Amino acid sequence: MNKIDLTVMQPGQKGKVIEIQGGRGMAMKLEALEIRPGVEITKVSTQIMHGPVIVGVGKAQVAIGFGIARRIIVKPADNDRSQ
Amino acid sequence: MGNPNVGKSVVFSRLTGVGVISSNYPGTTVEFVSGSMKVGDQKVDVVDVPGTYSLEPTNPAEKVALELLNDAVGDKGVVVVNVLDATNLERNLNLTLQLLKKDILLIVVLNLWDETKHTGITINIGKLEAILGIPVVPTVAVTGERIKELIGRLNEAKKSIYEYEDAEKWHEVGKIIEQVQTVRHRHHTFWEMLGDLTIKPVTGIMIALVILAATFYVIRLIGEGLINILLDPLFNNLYLPFIARIVSLIPVPFIRALLLGTTPNVLESFGLLTTALYIPLVVVLPYLFGFYLVLSFLEDWGYLPRLAVLLDSIFHRLGLHGYSAIPIILGLGCKVPAMLATRILETRREKVIAVALIMMSAPCMPQTAMIVSLVMPHGAGYVALIFGILIVIAALTGFFLNKLLRGETPELFVEIPPYRIPRLSILFRKVWLRLSTFFIEAIPLIILGVFFIGILEQLKVINALSVILGAPLEYILGLPPQTALVMISGFLRKDVSIALLAPYNLGPEQLVIACIFLVLYLPCCATFFTMARELGWRDALRILLILLGSGFLVGGILNLIFKII
Repeated sequence: MNKIDLTVMQPGQKGKVIEIQGGRGMAMKLEALEIRPGVEITKVSTQIMHGPVIVGVGKAQVAIGFGIARRIIVKPADNDRSQ
Repeated sequence: MGNPNVGKSVVFSRLTGVGVISSNYPGTTVEFVSGSMKVGDQKVDVVDVPGTYSLEPTNPAEKVALELLNDAVGDKGVVVVNVLDATNLERNLNLTLQLLKKDILLIVVLNLWDETKHTGITINIGKLEAILGIPVVPTVAVTGERIKELIGRLNEAKKSIYEYEDAEKWHEVGKIIEQVQTVRHRHHTFWEMLGDLTIKPVTGIMIALVILAATFYVIRLIGEGLINILLDPLFNNLYLPFIARIVSLIPVPFIRALLLGTTPNVLESFGLLTTALYIPLVVVLPYLFGFYLVLSFLEDWGYLPRLAVLLDSIFHRLGLHGYSAIPIILGLGCKVPAMLATRILETRREKVIAVALIMMSAPCMPQTAMIVSLVMPHGAGYVALIFGILIVIAALTGFFLNKLLRGETPELFVEIPPYRIPRLSILFRKVWLRLSTFFIEAIPLIILGVFFIGILEQLKVINALSVILGAPLEYILGLPPQTALVMISGFLRKDVSIALLAPYNLGPEQLVIACIFLVLYLPCCATFFTMARELGWRDALRILLILLGSGFLVGGILNLIFKII
């Protein structure tokens, strides 16, 4: 599993942001909250019915609409190694 | 100036003593607020700027912030106070670095300083000052800690000579963080895990329902308690006899009738000194107080953004943002602040839909109380029926407006602040502010309305009007034509219009129709004027017509259904 988007991530899973598939406006908004390539984020939850996704970035939590979350590409961290 | 949610408004109110509503969800300050303070013996103006994450604006609030900043550039008499969240240094420094490049006098405030200890963060202030080249003051704005120090050091603000490349901004931030901050690793605490439950979908919704139920219960408790134990006896036993005696000294019967009203029952008399004061003070105030108390608690605690997230997907079906949950919830207390709260919505389309829903979906708190007390004797089923119908109407309205109005709804994108224990002094201050705003704005209108109706009644015009309006009421809604008077006065005193139905002894089905009609057909005048101010007269009038039409439509349909059953 190399690249997945935010909506596919499992709750509790960590990952590194690789790519933001969006226009400049969206990238700017995400960047302001520190969601940009190279940053590690943790997924907290998804809401039912394609609702917003909650992620932890740094020490804050952010809610991201489903459509936007779809376009944030993440490389999941290898959990199995860290036993 | 600073990121949303860092406590700017609290710092502001500490500096100026001016009351500001600071709420725990971003987007609350969309205009700027200003006040003044004393530095030494100089009077200085202070401006609270909307929160912004960077100087490249992505929404209206941030644009306002940028404009305010640009006004200050180059002006040696202006100091920019950059308020940061000390627990989120990395992200907050983004704005700081951008500010450093501007030709302004800058001073940095590290607010939420107490929370750094709780989260295991240590920041070397001296080093940060040395690197940035400007003074840095840690504060805890909610307690006022070190605010004095901030005031004392305001004149140290200076223009920084810190240099960096724009493209390397994040590297710079990273470098600074490395030199200045250490974080001790912390395990997820129990409370944090509990907090996560409130936002996970299944548990979140269950918790939300519990909280909502508790909310209604508490508000009812406070409201009824205040009315029955304190205010009603006070008004009826002390105040009324007192002014009755004073007014009886006035020789002109016309004026006496105007002031005291036509009947001893304070809810029917339309007297300026009786009804016009009884309604806001005894009927509305207790519930509003309870409502604002609970709401402010939920705000300060940090629950509302999480609620917005939980409701977001449902709201999107109606063309709204999860954010609109907040104005709609406010609308359950009083529509006027709900109207004002629609400012936090980004697009006009959302605003219109939200306003329509606020007006159609739920009655304001005083109305709700009235409906319950009037209809409950006929059985709880009828009460549930009324509210159930209103919810369905709201959903349908939202759904259709969504289809009819062109445009898209922006996606939710919001920071979720950590849960914080609300501080009582700040809580009460907020409640006080909200209540006084309501009274200053609403009471004059209520008095005006009562005055107007009182005169009309004295001139016997009312009877004529009732006859004209009675016809549609009777034929479409199946209500006795005399209730036309209640419907007219409903515009001015919507909150109590429902209680005015009492003397007519309506059957339960008629009551259901009447209540729903009264909730839908018109906004109270205070709300209408606020709506006109927010949306403009044309849209406000359009919404008015939609409301009136739907009132008759729904009432008419119900009338038919009941006749058939």
